[in-house]
Amino acid sequence: MRLSSRKIDLAIDLQDAGLNYVKIESDELKIGGATTLGEIERNEIIKAAFNGELIKTLQAIWSVQLRNIATIGGTIFPRLGFSDLITVLLALNTDVVLYNNGRMPLEVFLEEKIRKDILVELAIKKENRKLSFQYMRNSFYDFSILNTAVSVDENKDFRIAIGARPAVASLAKKAMNYLKENDNIEEAAKIAAEEMTFGSNIKGSKEYREMIAPVLVRRGLEEVLR
Amino acid sequence: MKIILTINNVKREVEISPSEFLLDVLRRLDYMSVKKGCDTGTCGVCTVLMDGKPVLSCSVLAASADGHEITTIEGLENDPEFKAISNALLEEGADQCGFCSPGLILNVYAMKKELKNPSEEDMKKYLVGNLCRCTGYVPQMRAIKKYFEVKA
Amino acid sequence: MKEVKRPIKKVDGYGLVSGKPVYTDDLAPKNSLVVKILRSPHAFARIKNIDVSKAEALEGVECVLTYKDVPKNRFTRAGQGYPEPSPYDKYILDEYVRYVGDEVAVVAARDEITAEKALKLLDVDYEVLEPVLDFEKSKGSKSIIHPEDDYQSEVFVSSDPKNNIAATYEMSIGDVEGEIEKSDVVIKERFYTQAQAHVMMEPHAAYSYIDMQGRLVIVSSTQVPFHVRRILARALDLPIKKIRVIKPRVGGGFGGKQAIHGEPYVALVTLKTGKPAKVYYTRKEVFESTYTRHPMRFDVTIGADKNGKINVIDVRGLSDTGAYGEHALTTFMVAGSKVLPMYNKVKAVRFGGDVVYTNHAPAGAYRGYGAIQANFAIESAMDMLAYKLNMDPVKLREINMIREKETSPIFKIMGEGREGVDMIVRSCKLDECVEKGAKKIDWENKFKTKKEGKKVKGVGMAIAMQGSGIAKIDMGAATLKLNEDGSFNLLIGATDIGTGSDTILSQIAAEVLNVPTESIIPYSSDTDVTPFDVGAYASSTTYVSGNAVRIAAEKMKEEIIKAGAEYFEVSENEVEFDGKEIKAGERKITLKKLAEVLYYNENQKQLSTTGSYVGEESPPPFMAGYAEVEVDTETGKVDLLNYVAVVDCGTPINPNLAKVQVEGGLAQGIGMAMYEEVKYDKNGRLLTNNLMNYKIPSRVDIKKLNVELVDSYEPTGPFGAKSVGEIGIDTPPAAIANAIYNAVGVRIKDLPITPEKVLRALKEKK
Repeated sequence: MRLSSRKIDLAIDLQDAGLNYVKIESDELKIGGATTLGEIERNEIIKAAFNGELIKTLQAIWSVQLRNIATIGGTIFPRLGFSDLITVLLALNTDVVLYNNGRMPLEVFLEEKIRKDILVELAIKKENRKLSFQYMRNSFYDFSILNTAVSVDENKDFRIAIGARPAVASLAKKAMNYLKENDNIEEAAKIAAEEMTFGSNIKGSKEYREMIAPVLVRRGLEEVLR
Repeated sequence: MKIILTINNVKREVEISPSEFLLDVLRRLDYMSVKKGCDTGTCGVCTVLMDGKPVLSCSVLAASADGHEITTIEGLENDPEFKAISNALLEEGADQCGFCSPGLILNVYAMKKELKNPSEEDMKKYLVGNLCRCTGYVPQMRAIKKYFEVKA
Repeated sequence: MKEVKRPIKKVDGYGLVSGKPVYTDDLAPKNSLVVKILRSPHAFARIKNIDVSKAEALEGVECVLTYKDVPKNRFTRAGQGYPEPSPYDKYILDEYVRYVGDEVAVVAARDEITAEKALKLLDVDYEVLEPVLDFEKSKGSKSIIHPEDDYQSEVFVSSDPKNNIAATYEMSIGDVEGEIEKSDVVIKERFYTQAQAHVMMEPHAAYSYIDMQGRLVIVSSTQVPFHVRRILARALDLPIKKIRVIKPRVGGGFGGKQAIHGEPYVALVTLKTGKPAKVYYTRKEVFESTYTRHPMRFDVTIGADKNGKINVIDVRGLSDTGAYGEHALTTFMVAGSKVLPMYNKVKAVRFGGDVVYTNHAPAGAYRGYGAIQANFAIESAMDMLAYKLNMDPVKLREINMIREKETSPIFKIMGEGREGVDMIVRSCKLDECVEKGAKKIDWENKFKTKKEGKKVKGVGMAIAMQGSGIAKIDMGAATLKLNEDGSFNLLIGATDIGTGSDTILSQIAAEVLNVPTESIIPYSSDTDVTPFDVGAYASSTTYVSGNAVRIAAEKMKEEIIKAGAEYFEVSENEVEFDGKEIKAGERKITLKKLAEVLYYNENQKQLSTTGSYVGEESPPPFMAGYAEVEVDTETGKVDLLNYVAVVDCGTPINPNLAKVQVEGGLAQGIGMAMYEEVKYDKNGRLLTNNLMNYKIPSRVDIKKLNVELVDSYEPTGPFGAKSVGEIGIDTPPAAIANAIYNAVGVRIKDLPITPEKVLRALKEKK
């Protein structure tokens, strides 16, 4: 979508820069920065990845017509708060590769104030993680009021991300640690919600986000443990 | 700047400004089936096919369409699939004001090529970016389901 | 019946789906100047100075206009009958700007980029004034939104601009206080409805040029071409005969185009420069600077005896008309007149209140037009009464609702702006609608099912009525013209804005003449060519314009018989016309041949007839709406699983198109109930100025709409038809609110019903 009507005077065409691919390489799922969301969702590797949940997330983002023109780099790089995809990628072990600043975990990238750079590649660790993406929207065709993603591997290593708070996703590390020793998911969901800060915007109030955050996290945990 | 667009199978050299969007270029070239509805990539009335895939022409810079194939409704009028989709819509009275129809039809056209045996829910999600304020969507979906059933 | 009651395809359908250039902007001359409007960044301000010199100096700029350059004629943009029931409170450009988005200056340039550049070069010095942003505090506020001396309105509008009141209305029948006192059970509740945006897919558009006779021609995406002509004549100081308004295909209206918007600006530019000029509103302008639905507040008191017999309804309202008083009085009156008569057995009823100005975007006509607002309040209150009585809400309606051949004193007392007309309801299958709807949704079981679990289902219902045109005020006319091949031109001032009215009006003409609909060539609308019609609003086209077409066609049939009699040299009563042939005994001639003869050979003349109609009555369509919802008690999210609508719109001329009118109306009503809300920041700036922040229901949100039209026949309508354009929108807000109450026991009294409101209410209940 066009978030502003500002006129663009210079556009760099990345289509021919060879950054358009989805591949598996040394236990990593690699996606070139200029790959469109549409190309990603039609990719067989992605369809099979993470119990099909990644594809479900992609298909719930805005519209087919937009996904066919939005690149993954253009989607991730601006670190927009409402992003569903960032939340999901954060709940997986994802690194971003930047042209100038090199490779770093997504969670680091989200905290760094990198402005001028190009997202060359996303590298998602190909693990046997079960993933669940939960979101609250009133209309389906809208940005999420809140989104959460939860994943777990065979060693019961959990990752929990909460986004659209309305700030961009971050990891609920206390809750992730709690689950290393405990298995009370109700409590874990509560901890996750409590360690986050929430705010208000046009889509929903701070209080509402606080009320539903533990519900969505719990539902995600229930789903990956099923 | 000059770009090459293949519009409805006709190759054209087009003079554009770097900040122009594909929608404005197409309307300037008299492809009036491509509508301007919202300026923010939401309503879907500007939908065209780029290399066979539905895209929002209001959000594609004309410069980045250089060398690509663009299809608008004007280019589909003799296509039997267009006839079948549009006839299904007309039979249900689902055309109403008609402003969203060309974009919707192009997206249904693309969906037919992409999805095999889609459920109604799959179809709705595929077409969610085509807003309609006249019909409540229900008659459109009746028509589109019929079109898929006849084809299958 | 051969041609009516038939679901034929829309006559303009193929042209629309194949993307032909048929809308306003598609048709504008390539060399049109592009008109852009500078809009106020302040909710309320006075322009101290505008420096236009830099903009005027820009290469490619042809014309810059400010309030100093426009005729000083106060007018109203509201496209209504005459005398106008909305106050004359607007200039084309004014020294005062009264909302964020109000017009400040106009620029015309050779292209869009230049026009936008020129807007940025305009230097405006504002004196910022204290805005009124809370409609509940507007009356008597220190800030007066319309302080001007030349403010005018018709006496019956009861405007009081010095107190920020655009209109006032009061009516009362019977001893209201006494009946409340005597009632066993009394419900007293306050409800709020929000501003809603029309979101027609085609933004507002217009272009203009000077024709070879030096007249001003306006092509506009409008619902009301004849009103546009009259209003522009007043605003621009031009005689009506100097203006021609043409309406091409229109990409939806819903009331949002029952007004003038861009027309005066392109007209002024054309008049100043002599050149064609066009305007195409951005979506932001559509949101910021056209119309919304009037937000309203209602205090509803209902008194009933313990058996569920309603004795009294008392409604006190307050409506927010925004910066200008467009449709202020009439929407407010319709809130009473199109809801209260449903409960016609009461002993006392009262309705009244103020319509106030605020510094928000103006409110105007919007499908439902006051009725949907009051329907939410009254039908929610009825549900509350039913629960308090421990009575099934369906039963409560059955005891109290209006039935066929009955009347209500309100019909006579309340019209639109003025007194109404006395009438009995000749066709009313509301009882059947209620009964059928209950069966279809399985009310008996679902209403009583035990409600438990995290996701809980519930059902709710509401009933509604609307009107069919504005009786004794709004007129429609149609002209039929026989062509030499036996086909007919049907010239109609009625305005097809996507509804399919060109099609159904052709069907009516075809039915009368007994010819196939394909023999009728409809054309709408062009003030130079088509006869007068008030336009597409107030659910009037099928009933009012339809009757005009019927009359024109009956006259045409007589003319054909007369021409046949002359041809055969017999008396008229010896001649028959069956649609194909004109017969006199053994002799016969085809219509085609007769037409040819009439054009070229004998008794040469043009057969042409005109029918006019103004309703003596405004027969209401009725409906019952039933909603089934599922509420997620942990998040407050409501899924509308099914909506059953059973509608009495008389005999549908085209069952497909009538059904789609209901389905489209339902979706807009569902939008108002659950998704849509016009929101401002604390300075009066619109937050919902695009389709990302203003959410209309999407295809995925609308799950199941189950619409049935019951058999009904309105004797005053064309072939038994009543209107169907608005009725579908009215019930969803109340029915959905009632279903949520049935599911989880929380009552949401302010729209829209968002997950956040439901969850908060659930937490408070615990």
